[in-house]
Amino acid sequence: MQQIQDQAPPSMVKDSRMVEADEEKLIKKELAALKEQVSTPTTSLKQMRECLVRLIYCEMLGYEASFGYIHAIKLAQQGSLMEKRVGYLAVSLFLNESHELLLLLVNTVLKDLQSTNLLEVCMALTVASQLFPPDMIPAVLPLVEEKLQHSKEIIRRKAVLALYKFYLLAPNQVQHIHDKFRKALCDRDPGVMAASLHIYLLLIKENPGGYKDLTSSFVTILKQVVGGKLAVDFNYHSVPAPWLQIQLLRILRLLGKDDQITSELMYDILDESLRRAEINHNITYAILFECIQTVYTIHPKVDLLEKAAKCNGKFILSPKNNLKYLGLKALSYVIQQDMNLVLQHQMTIIECLDHPDPIIKRETLELLYRITNAQNVAVIVQKMLDYLRQSKDEYITISLVGKVAELAEKYAPTNEWFIQTMNAVFSVGGDMIPADIPNNFLRLLAEGFDDEVEDKQLRLYAVNSYLALLEKNNIHYPQRFLQVMSWVLGEYSYLKTEAKAEDIIQSLHYLLGKCSASLETKAWIFSAITKLFRLTLNVKVLPEVLQNYGNSMDSCLRQCSFELKQLVEDKEIMNTVLPLDESCNDIVVDASLSFLDGFVADALGHGAAPYKPHHQRQEERLSQEKVLNFEPYGLSFATSPQISSVTGRQSPTGLSFNSEISCNSTEAGLKDSDSLKLDGVKKVWGKEGYLRKKKESKEETVASPNSESDVTADFTSTAEKTAGLSAEEQEKKLLASSLFVGLGSNNLVSLMGKNQSTTQKFRRKSKIVEGQNSYERTMSTQKAIAPPLAQIPNLMDNVLESCNPFQESKAMLLRKTASDSAEVPTEEPAQESDEAWNSSNNLKTIRAVPSASKESISGLFADGNFDIVQPGNCNSALVAHEPNSSLSPGLPVEFAEHSHSKFELVCANENIALFSCKVWKEDCLLIVLFFTNRSSIEVTNATVNFALTDELQACESTDFPFPLVESLATVKCQLCLQMMKPCARVLLTGHVTYHLETSQQTQEEFALALFLTDFIRPLKLTTEEFGHLWLSLSNDVKQNLSFTSDSPEALTVALRTLQQELKLHIVDIIGAEGIVACQLLPSTSCLLHCRFHAGILSVWLRSGCCVLPDCLLYECQKVIQKL
Amino acid sequence: MKYCERKIKRNTIYLSSEVTNMIKFFLLVNKQGQIRLSRYYEPMEIHKRTLLEVDIIKNCLPRTKDQCSFVEYKDIKLVYRQYAALFVVIGIDDAENELAVYELIHNFVEVLDKYFSRVCELDIMFNLDKVHIILDEMILNGRVVETNKSRILVPLLALDKMTES
Repeated sequence: MQQIQDQAPPSMVKDSRMVEADEEKLIKKELAALKEQVSTPTTSLKQMRECLVRLIYCEMLGYEASFGYIHAIKLAQQGSLMEKRVGYLAVSLFLNESHELLLLLVNTVLKDLQSTNLLEVCMALTVASQLFPPDMIPAVLPLVEEKLQHSKEIIRRKAVLALYKFYLLAPNQVQHIHDKFRKALCDRDPGVMAASLHIYLLLIKENPGGYKDLTSSFVTILKQVVGGKLAVDFNYHSVPAPWLQIQLLRILRLLGKDDQITSELMYDILDESLRRAEINHNITYAILFECIQTVYTIHPKVDLLEKAAKCNGKFILSPKNNLKYLGLKALSYVIQQDMNLVLQHQMTIIECLDHPDPIIKRETLELLYRITNAQNVAVIVQKMLDYLRQSKDEYITISLVGKVAELAEKYAPTNEWFIQTMNAVFSVGGDMIPADIPNNFLRLLAEGFDDEVEDKQLRLYAVNSYLALLEKNNIHYPQRFLQVMSWVLGEYSYLKTEAKAEDIIQSLHYLLGKCSASLETKAWIFSAITKLFRLTLNVKVLPEVLQNYGNSMDSCLRQCSFELKQLVEDKEIMNTVLPLDESCNDIVVDASLSFLDGFVADALGHGAAPYKPHHQRQEERLSQEKVLNFEPYGLSFATSPQISSVTGRQSPTGLSFNSEISCNSTEAGLKDSDSLKLDGVKKVWGKEGYLRKKKESKEETVASPNSESDVTADFTSTAEKTAGLSAEEQEKKLLASSLFVGLGSNNLVSLMGKNQSTTQKFRRKSKIVEGQNSYERTMSTQKAIAPPLAQIPNLMDNVLESCNPFQESKAMLLRKTASDSAEVPTEEPAQESDEAWNSSNNLKTIRAVPSASKESISGLFADGNFDIVQPGNCNSALVAHEPNSSLSPGLPVEFAEHSHSKFELVCANENIALFSCKVWKEDCLLIVLFFTNRSSIEVTNATVNFALTDELQACESTDFPFPLVESLATVKCQLCLQMMKPCARVLLTGHVTYHLETSQQTQEEFALALFLTDFIRPLKLTTEEFGHLWLSLSNDVKQNLSFTSDSPEALTVALRTLQQELKLHIVDIIGAEGIVACQLLPSTSCLLHCRFHAGILSVWLRSGCCVLPDCLLYECQKVIQKL
Repeated sequence: MKYCERKIKRNTIYLSSEVTNMIKFFLLVNKQGQIRLSRYYEPMEIHKRTLLEVDIIKNCLPRTKDQCSFVEYKDIKLVYRQYAALFVVIGIDDAENELAVYELIHNFVEVLDKYFSRVCELDIMFNLDKVHIILDEMILNGRVVETNKSRILVPLLALDKMTES
């Protein structure tokens, strides 16, 4: 059809079969020529298209052509049809989402979306679904939404895909059009429906519970697709829309997981899918693969599982490698549910282990890793190590080495095996090995297990094995391995009574002399030598060591040797500094250096100048020198708030700079996360030096080791069959029985071997704080007197820099909270009774008192300066269906002072009524629930029970029993709630059960809607604190909100409204910028920076939680829209 | 460790949810190891792309016909398929279905075949823009969005027609 192109072939394509050096020269030349041509004004659009294609070519070959980016945007703007399309294409290839030039594209997209030419609309939608600046989504959103109703399917389809992209970029922007997605799902055209599935897959992954009602729709769609109801052109090799089927199966999998009722809806269609896929084509296997996963994920049905297992057999037994690979992948997935399936295919798996294709081997090892237990660990680890020895790939080595170490630690049958395996890991892993493996290993050795005797044996075995390894000459060991060896020898050589310490020192000394050891390793070795000297009185080697390293060029080694000299001379110090077998006790450092206080006081008394921290000295020097300052000036609001007038878009980070920071050495704050953590550390070093500590009685529970249950292989049946087979096959059978031991059905308990703690050999003692396995930890536990360099000097710096600024609290000119509420028009939507912040126009607002700047964030509400918004008189505003006044509940006095909502009837019948009231306390949302007995008889054994979802957390129990409620009486219960996961709206459900006299128990369900705003509280900060906090928060969202008013007061009005409606705290308003802070209970803070310019309010939110900014922005949007 | 967590968090804001079942890139390479087309669905710097492509070529091209068409490269799975002197290589993440992607390659080639009637390497070289336009109809944001051959070609054929007239 389109055979010969009118364009001239790019010259570089013509000669592209050339050597690389020539290629570079040619392309550089071509780029230069193109650069000239694109900037020539006479270049026609057609030529420009050609140029851009060539530029695409250059970038594809790895040569940046950034000069052409702007021309791509221009071509998209000016060209028509094909030129325009190529312009858009080049833009999508050249730029990424954050590129600033992308903003220039927005107008073009807007224009093309409104074009009458369908092709242009198509292009605009395509590019919008490839990349679009997130800030500008609101500009095109209405146009894209409009296209959902377009008469052409292709436009509707592309509009859905663009919305999908917008959802990826900024989920909160498309929150309001979820209904339209449903419409797209029901579109008469299958293409549009298929496009909407991408959005649904994402939505359902995030919240499977919210879309269960769509299950039957998805099932119906899949039924129609499988049944061949689609047009023939959707077929691929006579299989109807295979990729669509795959997508639907994935969605069903998410919906049916852990949900029997939903799963039952899909059994039929899964059965049919498994049956239909009998054509022997790759694509049917691809569908089958998804089917198998779905069947094994949803609530199980025996019949289906059997069929799926049979299908899986087809994969594994296939001679085609692609299918075999997929079969192994499916099997590793399936065994999470059913280990027995592995047994069916054990011989095939054995064959795959020796497969010539390494990727199949890898996948097999992955499978074996998942079925490892205490009985087959030796064989499996052996196979993994074999693979490791052949593999050269760094990525694979790292991941596999980690797995071997994990398995060895969990299931090691004997000490010898464990040490040998770890030795293999260290030598095979070489220097690629991640640091946490040796660290974990050493920690394991040092901290030991529950059995003292076994610990000793393990350590002794390690010592023996390392000594044997060091005997061998001319073998090069990786650095990490050498470090491990020297640490172990230094710590535990004393266990080996028959060896002479000086011999070990000798061999370590020899090691030290070898140039192959890195500096870090040498420090390890030296510290081991030092430790060994405490075991021996024979210091024959000492002079040699001191001579070699006493004047070493390396300062670290030199220092080590001096320390060694001192320690050897004074055995007493040696024994206190390097006690035997105490590597697990922490060294305590008095970081405040309080023992120097006397010295400092003396010095000051003698007229010494007080200490000034480094930065202070520098500043003073700077101010003296009066040199030009090349640094940008920090915004110092405390001194002159006028400075930060509206100069461009300034980030509030500038607020944090403050020049007056003084420091107090004894209170040097160690809160800085970078500095040493000293909480709970015993004090060992004091004024007099080392403080001797009392010997603590060891509370080591000596538990008997888990006797390795002698589980004989349940493969007697397999073994029987082996008779009469060739030797090779017998070998395989043997391997099979050793690999799959412990997986049989009569051994079900150990199926879960990996999670089962009893089979875990090296269980860590509980005292160990997990997650602290960083390198430093090991460093600190080893009492090495020669820590690697560069660790010590940092300490001082950190201490100094983290000093709290103890500045005089500058009275901040805080804007009073809406002190005259008349200024702020508050509307009164009567129907939204639950939004009590709007509900009363009698808002009595208590002024926020400017609080001292030293106030810490945690103690925000300690001083009680809480913006309290009290509805004027609540009771008079009770809803119509309120029962007579004697029954109407009254809020206890202690809550009346807090702001609270109206009473709401949550559930009622002829006998009882439940009213709720939200009380917005400082530290929680208090739900007060009133249980009213309306009947004329008494109610007994009433219980109110709240069911909490993940999002919410209650302070105490959620059950409230009321043994007896008299007729016409009201009792109350209260529930303190905090929001753990931010979300715009959450339902608090629950039920109340009660007995009426002796009759049957009655149950009533109820539900209460809670909103994000219920949990938002003001966060009182000063501008400085705001600045500091702003810098420490990482999740941010920016958004421009259009704003009708353009008066100079607009920002103040907007912020005050936000303050009222959302309970935010206005920290400061300067010119056209304002900073606002709030927190989500219990303690997630969120900071807002608002800037008003030309009718646009730019809001920039930051928080420590990634979801909160989105949710809060949504609330702000709602409030601002109402203005 | 901490750094990793933060990185993950950052990604989640950007993409709003974990991204799985995803195509990371699409490459056309000839037997000599020259790139004929590349499209990345995740932002990546140009020089990193070049390095990645070199590695990919090293990993895929020497493999024999009877070997598995899937290759592991770091945290990426490569799915490749050879057509005469031309290789199509797609990088995917672990959750994607390798076989479905393998067949997607064939579908793509069939579409090219339909458009160029018996496509060859030169067609792709001289019509790089058009091949990209076809690809954009099939894969967007790393997801398979259209596999119906006639529908894939609709916009391009219409553009050709308008340009001719």
